[in-house]
This record gives sequence, C-alpha cells and structure tokens, in this order.
Amino acid sequence: MNSWINIGRIEDIPRQGSRVVKTESSGDIAIFRTVSDSIYALNNKCPHKGGPISEGIVHGEQITCPLHNWTFDLATGEATGADKGATGHYPIKIEDGEIYLSLSVDYVQ
Amino acid sequence: MKEKLILIGNGMAGMKTIEELIAKAPDRYDITVFGAEPHGNYNRIMLSPVLAGEKELHEIMINTTQWYQDNNIQLSIGNPVEKIDRAKKQVVAKDGTTVSYDKLMLATGSDPVIIPFPGHDLDGVVAFRDIKDVEMMVAAAKSSKKAVVIGGGLLGLEAANGLLKRGMEVTVVHLMDILMERQLDAVSAAMLKSELEEQGMKFLLGASTKSILGENGKVTGVSFKDGSSIDVDLVVMAVGVRPSIALAKDAGLDCERGIIVDDLMVTSDPDIVAVGECVEHRGDLYGLVAPLYEQGRVLANYLAGDKEPGAYTGSTVSTRLKVTGIDLFSSGDINGDDNTDEIIFRDPSRSVYKKLIIRNNQIQGAVLLGDAADGLWYLDLMKQKTDISDIRDTLLFGQSAIGGEASSSNTADMPMDKEICGCNGVKKQTIVDTILAKGLKTVEEVKAFTKAASSCGSCVNLVEGVLADTLGGEYVAISLKPLCGCTKLSSDDVRDEIKQNKLTTHAATYKSLNFSSSDGCPTCRQAINYYIHALWPAEHKENPQSRFINERVHANIQKDGTYSVIPRIFGGVTSPDQLRAIADIVDKYSIPEVKFTGGQRLTMLGVKKEDLPKVWADLGTHDMVSGHAYGKAMRTVKTCVGDKWCRFGTQSSEAMGVTLEELTWNVWTPHKYKLAVSGCPRNCAEATIKDFGVVGVDSGWELHVGGNGGIKVRETDLLVKVETTAQVEEYAAAFMQFYRKEARYLERTAPFIERVGIDYVKSRIVEDELGRKKLADEFKKAHKNSVDPWKEQIANGEGGHEFTPLYTVTQNKEKVA
Ligand code: SRM
Ligand SMILES: Cc1cc2nc3c(=O)[nH]c(=O)nc-3n(C[C@H](O)[C@H](O)[C@H](O)COP(=O)(O)OP(=O)(O)OC[C@H]3O[C@@H](n4cnc5c(N)ncnc54)[C@H](O)[C@@H]3O)c2cc1C
Ligand code: SF4
Ligand code: FES
Repeated sequence: MNSWINIGRIEDIPRQGSRVVKTESSGDIAIFRTVSDSIYALNNKCPHKGGPISEGIVHGEQITCPLHNWTFDLATGEATGADKGATGHYPIKIEDGEIYLSLSVDYVQ
Repeated sequence: MKEKLILIGNGMAGMKTIEELIAKAPDRYDITVFGAEPHGNYNRIMLSPVLAGEKELHEIMINTTQWYQDNNIQLSIGNPVEKIDRAKKQVVAKDGTTVSYDKLMLATGSDPVIIPFPGHDLDGVVAFRDIKDVEMMVAAAKSSKKAVVIGGGLLGLEAANGLLKRGMEVTVVHLMDILMERQLDAVSAAMLKSELEEQGMKFLLGASTKSILGENGKVTGVSFKDGSSIDVDLVVMAVGVRPSIALAKDAGLDCERGIIVDDLMVTSDPDIVAVGECVEHRGDLYGLVAPLYEQGRVLANYLAGDKEPGAYTGSTVSTRLKVTGIDLFSSGDINGDDNTDEIIFRDPSRSVYKKLIIRNNQIQGAVLLGDAADGLWYLDLMKQKTDISDIRDTLLFGQSAIGGEASSSNTADMPMDKEICGCNGVKKQTIVDTILAKGLKTVEEVKAFTKAASSCGSCVNLVEGVLADTLGGEYVAISLKPLCGCTKLSSDDVRDEIKQNKLTTHAATYKSLNFSSSDGCPTCRQAINYYIHALWPAEHKENPQSRFINERVHANIQKDGTYSVIPRIFGGVTSPDQLRAIADIVDKYSIPEVKFTGGQRLTMLGVKKEDLPKVWADLGTHDMVSGHAYGKAMRTVKTCVGDKWCRFGTQSSEAMGVTLEELTWNVWTPHKYKLAVSGCPRNCAEATIKDFGVVGVDSGWELHVGGNGGIKVRETDLLVKVETTAQVEEYAAAFMQFYRKEARYLERTAPFIERVGIDYVKSRIVEDELGRKKLADEFKKAHKNSVDPWKEQIANGEGGHEFTPLYTVTQNKEKVA
C-alpha cells in the first residue's frame, strides 16, 4: 500500500524545525524542514533511549536528539559519528508546497 | 672574517643551541646546518599528538626554511654528513659537499633500537622516532586493523594510544610485568594499565617476542617464546634508543655509550662540541628535552665567547605521559631502598595515586597518577634539596595544603624565580619581563618570544595564568579550543567577531566567519544565539530553532518525552493561594508527581507537552511565572528565614532574597545562575556555593561570588562587604551583567572566575565605581525589556505549533487535528 497522505504545507513547519504527525498504525512521525526547505519524515523515536527526536536541533541535513545528543542523517535515519543505530524513515513528496507522506516504511529497524 | 660553525643534526638540541647562540652573538659565526631528515627543525615531542590526530604536522614545525634564510644560516636537508676529517677540519656530506669549519657541533640525537628478531625487516615494521615513521603509521592505520607495539615504555604507550585513536586494535607487548618500569612502581603501573585498558588498549605483559611473521614480505603476525602468536598487520618497535655516535667514533672522538663531553659540552677535540641525546656527560645520558636544552644554554654561552659561560653539571629529570585523559608525572628514584621512606596516598575509586620517596628529609623521587598538578612543585623541592621535615605531614596534599593560600596552579602567588616551563627552563620572571617589554597579549606570542610552553606544552595553563596576572584587565583570555567542528575559531574569537563586526544574525555570523556549514551544529547555534542576544539585545531577533528544546518550550524535557513545570516562588516564600493553585493544577491535568526541588520550590513532573500552555495559563491566573528551571538563566534565590523568625538572625534574608529574585529573574546568562541569601554566618542557605551569595552580618552584607555546588564544588570568593540593600542590588546587577558579557557560553561563574581571577573581577566591580554603576544600569535595561516567557507564549501564541500535532492519521486517514 503506497498511498500519499496530504499532511499540510511546508510553511506549517518552521524552517530548521519540526512538527509531529500522529498515526495509529505507526506511532508518532517527526516531519523536519531544513534550512534549505527539504522535508524529511522519521520515526519519532530515538534508537538510543526512545527520545522524541522531533524536539532536537535541525542542522544541515541532520537532527540531534534532545536527550543525549545522538545525531541522525535526516535522509536515511541512520546515526552519524560513533553512535550506531537508525530510526525508520518514510517517503515524502512535495507538490505546490503541499507535503505528502506515505506510511510504507523504507527502513524498519 | 667570521668563524665558521657547522652543526650536524638539525634536531631539537642542536637547533636550540643555535637559536640561543645567534640571540647572543648574531655576527660571530657563518653557520651551516646539515640535517639527515628532509625537513626544517620540528618539535619531535609532538609526534605523539600528531599520531593521535590531535595536532597537524605543520603545527609542530619550530623553524621554517624561511627562518634559516632570514638568519643567514646555510641549511642542507635530506643530506646526512658521512665523514668528519679532523685533520683538514672539514665535513663531507652524502651529496659530496665538503665544508670546512672552525668549530663543529655534533647533535645527531639517537637511533631507535630495532631488535633483530627474524622478520624485523618486513614491510609493516616501524620505529617511532621521526616524521617518516608517523606518516607510515598514519597510512597503515587507514588500511589495516591490528597493531602490536613492542615496548611498554613512554614511547610505546604513546604510539599505542595514537594508533588506538586512529581506530586500530592495539596490543602492547612488554617484556616486564610493569609498564614504564623506569618511571612507575608496581602499583601505579597496574593502575595505569587498567586506565589504558578502559580506553581500549590491550596488553601482553611478561611476554617475550620470538619472531615477526610475514607473508610476501609483509607483516602478518608476531610469535612469542611461549609458543603463542597473534595476527597483526603493523608492528611498532618502541624498545629504546641508542645514541647516534658512529660518525663521532669514526672520527676518533672519545666515546662510551655516547660522545664524551666536559661541563662545557666540549668533546675530546677542543674544536668539536656536542649536545643532545648523542652525548654522555659525567656518565649520564639524557633522553628528554629539558636537560638537553640546559646543555644547549651552556654550550651557546661558550660558543658566544662568554667569559662566564656557566657549567653544565647534570640534571634532575621528570617525565609526563602525553596520553589525553591520563595525568602522570614521575621523577627521580621511584623505588627507594632500605634507607628511604615512602609516603603514599591512594584513592582507587578516583584513580589517584601519589608516592614520594624521602631520604634524609629530602625528596628523592615522586610518582603521581591521576592528579599530577603538584609535579613541578615536587621537582623544585627535589632540585633545591629542600628539607621537608616541617611540611612532611601535609606534603602529599600538595602545595595548596601548606600555608593555605599558595597553590601550584595559582601563578600569582608563585615566586619570580620559579621555573614555569621545565622543558625550556623559563622562569616566571623571564615571562613577566618579556610580556612587559614586548607588549605581548596572547599565549601564542608568549610562546614565540620566551619559548615557554613551546615544547611539551604541559605548562600552557601556567603560562596563560602568568599572562593573565601580568596584564590584569587587559588580558583577553584565548582558548585555543575551537568552538565546535564547524570552525577553527575559539568561543572567545567568535564572540569578539560578533562584537567588533556587529554581527546580529546567525546567517551573517556563519558567512562572515567562514563556518564550514551554513547553519552550523547544535553547539555553535546555541552559543552564537547567546552571544548575539547578550551583545546586541536590541537587534537580536530570537530564533527558537537555535535554542535547546527546554529553552524553546520553557519547560524541562524528561526521559519519557514529558516535561516538568517549575513556577517561580520568589525567595522560596510561598502562600496558601499558591499551594492550592498548584495542587488544583496537579489534579486537573493528572500530573503524576509533585516534588520539592533542591531549589526551594515545587516541580510538577510528567506534564504532557500539549498541556504546557494550559498549565501556564492556570498558573498565570494566580500570578505565578516561569521559574526558568530549564534555562541558561537565573534559576533560584535560596533563602533562610533570617531575623524575621530565627533567634540568631542578624538581617532580613527572606526579604533580601525576594528583592534579589525580582531584580534578576528572567534574564539569559551564559550558564545557569543561582543566588542565595543567609541571615547570619551560620549560612543555612548555603550562600557560599552559589554564583552570587549574600551573607548577613551584624553590620551589613557580605557579597560572595563564583560558588558552585554541582559536579565540581567550589567555594565562593568574597567580593566585598556592603551596608545597604541598595548597594547589594547594585553589586548583584553589576556582577551578573559583567558575567553575561565576559564569560564564554556554557561557562559558569566558578570556572569563569578561575580563568580571569578574582582580582580582575574586583577591579571591575569593586574598584571601578563608575564601571559598576554602568554595568548595573545595563543589566536593569536588559531586564526591563523582558516579559515572563509563559505569559508571552500564551499572549501571542507564537510557537503555538510546538504544542499541536501537524496532522493526525486515523485508520480511515481523516484529518482530525
Ligand atoms: C529539579 C532539580 C532536582 C530536584 O528534584 O530537586 C534539578 C534537576 C535537574 N538538574 Fe540540577 N536540579 C536541581 C537543583 C540543583 C542543585 C541544588 C541547588 O540549586 O541548590 C544543584 C547544585 C548547585 C549548583 O548548581 O551549583 C544542581 C546541579 C546541577 C548540575 C551541575 C551544575 C554544575 O555547574 O556543576 C546539572 C548539569 C548542568 O547544568 O549541566 C544539573 C542539571 C539538572 C537537570 C536540568 C538535568 C537535565 O538537563 O535534564 C535536571 C532537570 C530536571 C527537571 O526536569 O527540572 N543540575 N541542581 C533541582 C531544581 C532546582 C530548581 O528549583 O530549579
Ligand atoms: C615520539 C616521541 C615523543 C617524545 N616525547 C617527549 C616528551 O614528552 N618530553 C621530552 O622531554 N622528550 C620527549 N621525547 C624525546 C625528545 O624528542 C628527544 O630527547 C629530543 O628530540 C632529542 O634532541 P636531539 O637534538 O638530541 O635529537 P633529535 O631531535 O633526534 O635530532 C637529531 C637530528 O640529527 C639528525 N642526524 C643524525 N645523524 C645525522 C648526520 N650524520 N647528518 C645530519 N643529520 C643527522 C637526525 O636525523 C635528527 O633529525 C620524545 C621523542 C619521541 C620520538
Ligand atoms: S542529580 Fe540532578 S541531573 Fe542527576 S538525576 Fe538528579 S535531578 Fe537529574
Ligand atoms: S534517547 Fe536519543 S540520544 Fe539518548
């Protein structure tokens, strides 16, 4: 099943920030907007100790978890640097500033 | 005509001698230098940090080829001298060049010992002596995984540490059961071993290597006499050095283990002198820079034609291990004998070990592990042969334990003739004189002009201290550490640039300071945010995305993603209305826990993010505001009851606490900031471990600053004693503003004051009345503009998106929120 869900517009998310999409099937999903307006969707659960990564600081194409500073690549959900782990990531499509999310998981831990 | 001087050996000892010589007698000699290595002169000691990736090669060059040119020195590199013809007074180099001399200096250093095990000449066997070896190891670390270091001495451990930092799996093989057996006893060696093991190093002690195994000319393993073997692809041999004396021997100079020299460093030929690791003086050989530089100074005097060149009479040496995170000092006789006493301190849980060997009330040797701050002091006592009977019972607790005040790290209290840099033998006096004479402002300049801290670098903090003491308020401390990975600039540099170039946005800062990334990383985003805010309050436009979550949503994130809410309770004095309101809110939002904090107020724990604005609104109706328990801001003002109730109270500490909290709340600071007010010197509010502590006494108030109760406890320094409430307010505001403007981001008042010195703080806050009033005014202005962040958030709804989901997906995908 790969149907696209319209979750809102790019401007609904602050630049270098994130918002959460709540789902029944997949839990919370964090939607990030980078400084260059790229949009990414990651499972909002840090593989370290479950921290809500949506609350972290977005820098470049990365997000740093607020609890213990693990840093993840927004495109792949993989931890960078010395830490090992990954959080699931979801496909995103942008049309006319509208954000579409698909709930088929590209990567499941 | 000038005399001709030739130096053979372009290394540390020889070139140090040349530097000193041309400083004293710039025109006396035509100088020619031959070096076997293809480089200018570099700091060999620093090969260890280069190997560990902590320094780059270009950072360890001492003299560039330009320097040789500027000083009219003929330099021939990659060109070893192969023959000395004493009869003709000529040397012949590898490329055939023949040069004659009036005076010849030998400084050929040492060669690493390569034990001729079978396989020692395989590809992948390397020593640890020069740049070529380090380049080879760095390259090997990129493609290979496993290394063995043969030799558990200083060099072996530094090599192993470097390879480990480069990602290799490293085993140290040592013949003895004790690591660094010349510098450590069994106990300290075992402690060191376990610390290094924690860092990932492996050890085979008491292991005797039999041969190095290989295939196709390349190393594949090492086998031992007990029949075992391990697989490796790199073998580092660090088993010692042998003075490089072949050339001198061939020329017929007197040699034993080294080239024999007298107290003026002259060899058996009066026209040939020698210095460094290649010489033997009164039966001793030295393998550390400090004694070699002492030799060099005497030799330079002699060559300069000094009437009283002094005499080199031998050295007491000390060793430090350059492995980050390990603090080790060793000097002298560390094992003692029947006629010596040992004084030992051991705290295994902190990994601290100190041992002194005493003979006839004099220190003979010292081993310090885990806390080596007093190493140089002990070395001094050893060199001076000081009688320690009077201080024997506190000796082990260090210099700070005698006479109370003096501490080995407190440069202001050090006598002028105290040696600050052991390697280069630089005394405090020299540093102070040079700073004043040349108008030096930075540690780098002091290094360049005095040579202090330019060799092993372990005294750099002392040098910085002397600089700060000498310049007082003028001193702009420089931290060499870059702010973060996005820049080479230190936190101070970044702040200065923001100030000088009036940078008022992140984007402008990143661009104008050439950061490697256009929107930085969490570290610099938050630091720059603070600096712009503190320096350009009017222009600063808050970007919440550059704040840590806690400061963005004005609550503290918990391990489960919920938040804590701590309303401000001014001075810790509450009321039935406040208590009832909090109780009602806890019930209304089903908040799982309510607790008294260590800061004299109540925290509600486990609040859901979406409930935060509602909880704040409810608190607001009872006039309660944010307690900033989440912020780099003023946290709490702790008070005791004081003269209102207490039978000992001399002052109204409660009222003073409330006044100060009203004055200082809701202003961002470099790090968290805490106050306390006690009504009498019994000090029930613990004011002397707060950033700003106020203690009531009969005649007024004592104001204390720079206390800290957290990770590293620090007692406050007394700033001043005042009489009136208005004075307390003025000082409190001025000090806080001073801290806001001058401390580094994330530097609490305690380390800040340790860095700049309490005298500097006093000069700005106590002695400079106008300056104080100006700071206090600035602070009050900064304060006036700020509104309770909770109220602000509710009023303008800005950042409201934080508290609501973007979208909710239900099974049938309808939009719910
Ligand atoms: C709630 C409280 C513990 C309690 O249940 O009593 C607390 C809780 C936390 N402290 Fe604390 N500290 C609390 C009083 C203290 C005290 C005692 C005091 O202030 O008198 C200290 C020692 C005094 C001092 O700061 O000098 C203290 C020294 C620390 C430190 C070490 C600071 C240091 O400079 O060494 C940290 C770590 C840090 O700030 O980096 C810390 C960090 C924390 C953090 C913020 C950890 C974190 O980042 O999540 C905790 C947040 C809990 C939360 O959700 O609010 N907390 N913390 C106290 C809140 C006081 C308040 O009303 O605001
Ligand atoms: C990795 C490492 C870490 C160290 N750490 C410390 C430390 O923390 N503290 C400390 O005090 N000491 C330390 N040392 C020791 C210190 O570096 C030496 O004691 C010091 O460099 C010796 O100086 P030198 O001038 O006698 O010899 P070198 O610096 O070795 O200079 C001799 C030079 O002469 C050259 N040469 C030899 N023969 C000829 C020839 N025939 N013609 C031309 N040139 C020739 C050599 O190639 C070499 O460049 C360390 C050494 C190493 C290798
Ligand atoms: S001491 Fe402070 S930081 Fe540590 S667990 Fe307790 S509240 Fe948290
Ligand atoms: S939970 Fe994310 S870093 Fe620990």
